Amino acid sequence: MAELTGVVGIGQTKYAAKRAELSMPGLLREAALRALEDAGLTWNDIDAVVIGKAPDMFEGVMMPELFLNDAVGGAYKPMLRVHTAGSVGGSTAVVAASLVQSGVHDRVLTVAYEKQSESNATWALSISMPFSVATIAGAGGYFAPLVRGYIRRSGAPDDTGIRVAVKDREHALKNPLAHLQLEDISFEMVANSPMLWDPIRYLETCPSSDGACAMIFANEELARQAPNPVAWVHATEMRSEPTMFSGRDQVMPQATLDNAASLYKKAGIQNPREEIDCAEIYVPFSWFEPMWMEGMLFAPTNEGWKMTYEGATKLGGELPVNCSGGVLSSNPIGASGMIRFAESALQVRGMAGEHQVDGAKKALGHAYGGGSQYFSTWIVSSEKP
Amino acid sequence: MRDVAVVGFTQSESVRRERDRNEVEILIPVIHELKTRAGITSEDLDFVCSGSSDYLAGAAFAFVSGLDAVGAWPPLCESHVEMDGAWALYEAWVKIQMGYADLALVYGFGKPSMGDLPLTMALQLDPYTTMPLWPDAVSIAALQARLCLEGGVLSERDMAEAAARDRRNALDNPNAQVAGDFRAEQILSEPYLVSPLRKHDCAPISDGASAVLLAAGDRAKEMCERPAWIRGIEHICEPQELGVRDLTRSRSTEIAAEKAGVGAGKVDVAELSAPFSHQEILVERALGLGSDTEVNPSGGALAGNPIMAVGLSRIGEAADRITKGSANRAVAHATSGPCLQQNLVCVLEG
Amino acid sequence: MSEQESDANEPVEMLRMPVELDYTYSAGTSASRFLRAFAEGKLLGQRCPVDGKVYIPTRGSCPQHGVPIDGEPVEVADKGTLVTYSIVRVPSENIPLELPYVAIQVVLDGADTAMHHVLSECELEDVHMGMRLQAKWKPREEWETSVGNILYFIPIDEPDAPYDSYKEHI
Repeated sequence: MAELTGVVGIGQTKYAAKRAELSMPGLLREAALRALEDAGLTWNDIDAVVIGKAPDMFEGVMMPELFLNDAVGGAYKPMLRVHTAGSVGGSTAVVAASLVQSGVHDRVLTVAYEKQSESNATWALSISMPFSVATIAGAGGYFAPLVRGYIRRSGAPDDTGIRVAVKDREHALKNPLAHLQLEDISFEMVANSPMLWDPIRYLETCPSSDGACAMIFANEELARQAPNPVAWVHATEMRSEPTMFSGRDQVMPQATLDNAASLYKKAGIQNPREEIDCAEIYVPFSWFEPMWMEGMLFAPTNEGWKMTYEGATKLGGELPVNCSGGVLSSNPIGASGMIRFAESALQVRGMAGEHQVDGAKKALGHAYGGGSQYFSTWIVSSEKP
Repeated sequence: MRDVAVVGFTQSESVRRERDRNEVEILIPVIHELKTRAGITSEDLDFVCSGSSDYLAGAAFAFVSGLDAVGAWPPLCESHVEMDGAWALYEAWVKIQMGYADLALVYGFGKPSMGDLPLTMALQLDPYTTMPLWPDAVSIAALQARLCLEGGVLSERDMAEAAARDRRNALDNPNAQVAGDFRAEQILSEPYLVSPLRKHDCAPISDGASAVLLAAGDRAKEMCERPAWIRGIEHICEPQELGVRDLTRSRSTEIAAEKAGVGAGKVDVAELSAPFSHQEILVERALGLGSDTEVNPSGGALAGNPIMAVGLSRIGEAADRITKGSANRAVAHATSGPCLQQNLVCVLEG
Repeated sequence: MSEQESDANEPVEMLRMPVELDYTYSAGTSASRFLRAFAEGKLLGQRCPVDGKVYIPTRGSCPQHGVPIDGEPVEVADKGTLVTYSIVRVPSENIPLELPYVAIQVVLDGADTAMHHVLSECELEDVHMGMRLQAKWKPREEWETSVGNILYFIPIDEPDAPYDSYKEHI
């Protein structure tokens, strides 16, 4: 029933702590114009626009898509704004793709962004509400206890997180758009960086970035006219569960397991570790790589860390993960999920430049958010399903 | 295109201030009643989508707690728009069209009484050039009304007639917040609130929530004796800047109405979400409605305005009339942004 | 004027636009009952009507089953087990605690849900999962309808809870 849909254009801004030379509309346009150029299209070729970002309070604008819409060519077109917590970049891509997959539109532009330099995300995430005690310091404060829970149950070596951080930071050196470029990155450098939210060290965390990411989707017929290779969407999936309930597994939520199983079923994948060539996974704190290796069914329960340890997730390894440098290297929050989706598409299009995985044909894009409760994922391929 | 219908609708009362209940507690009975009436559990839902705004709650991720009212277990295929629930319904309709879902729950909720709504809405404007002036939502709408009056597009009497009609219609709506047996003369004799708007020209500030069930094809027929089939659903967004668009008409509503096929047949009932009387007239005209259409039998947004749910409620109210057999063809409208910036039009048939 | 002219080609890179909005919150019907009891030093939870699990605090519904939780309150103890924790060394402008502090999830005896709080009066190297804790209350005359009546948790001299007894709360 779903129309075959392809990614025909991708545009990303340079990610940096401050893109002070650009306004918010300017930031979105930089990404959108690059996507149009990649697709060989103009604004007039776009039927609808889907905008995604994390909480409005990050920039202090209520429903900012309303004032941003015409900057990305959305004037007098349908426009949607998605917000699903940290997974929003991924969910936004899923919604944009669905507009073409459903046959409702032929060509859709989607843009996700965050301009963290115009805001204070830790403040916005930790606003003291009456009747409660403020004890959770930002996202790190929320996720650190879960990381500890993972270490306890899996018996993973303490330095697993350090190894992930070193790997992703090495990958970032091959991605000129990545925000953090640490030329002298080493195991010692990460190990000796300050402990922030024990057991999470400074260099095991993500930065605050400005940036936007855009993609253009087209139906099969129009995708065939694209000047550059197409990434075909094989399947998309989303799952959500409540933040808290009695007996909830916060470390390995049912939502991630259900999401993975359903995604692979839709994409006709029997053995994800064998059939998927590379993955872009939402890893805002290094320990979430081994956790989501299990959460995406690449590794058996409590054995995700072994993939990191064995080097399987390195560029050149068995299943390269976050060849772009990942969220650890660039984190414009609302866009971070979409960057995962876009980078997975770049890989199967063979357009990832220096961080290209040789011969990548099938890739996974992944995002999660909230209290490890929102998941959105997709499978893209250089080949039609 | 697949046949998709509204097969259920519930809403809370619209009230100026929910003193005791928080947003989730407002939502819980609305969703619970919808599921109970339809005889379904969360496991039957292929997709769930909601609409709400963080700024109404003054907290990031305010929508997350909304999930607690649904019972998202086993985990649900679920999404959220930072828009009125009418657009959440649109997203759900798309999901059904692509074959990823047959039954979807949509809800919207807002508790604007927690803050200063007209002032908060100023944060929707361009943050570099307009918002720092803090123009509140009523004043912005008043500028538009003035343009309409000076341009001879409509008169203060037209506005008063629209407001009075909504007030009278709302007498039959147990969920309405503002109702009364008003006449235009009465309204015109009242002082201005923000000239040229009088109190009756403005929608109230309402706390509330609503929810809709959407089903495809045979599933809809099984669940509902007379489903309200969605024959067209379209939405269009204009640029926001007030100086670059004609504020005396609603161009985006016109385009959406044409694409949705409003004019393809007689419209028995129209439910409009315009929060100001002059905007209601502009929308009515943009939809091309004639004198044979009953407008806002519920009283519309002027009778109850639970922001982020009010547009979804219009679809629900219109569908309800089809389901109950009092209308064969209905049009529902939702809006967002200053001066009718973004509009959604939905055509429903029995 | 001339100064402005000389800056005409300089980009404006940052505006200060302070936003101050006041909100009036209601805790909600369910949490209000919990908070009123708290002002009297009592910790009240409620059972989910589907599986009987005790939620504290309740928010009016069972997030898992989507049913209203409106049954009789269940009193739970002010001591419990540390489920997991983090030693926080990052300042946050919203959190008035001295660094480093220990952010914890604690499951109170008689409750089936863990809550976020803070551990104090404990050497950092002694903090571990499964340790038994007791609430440290403010002086009685300072109690109000706030969870702030409990200042923090402190370790007590009881044997650790076995991992299997609390692992479902992580």
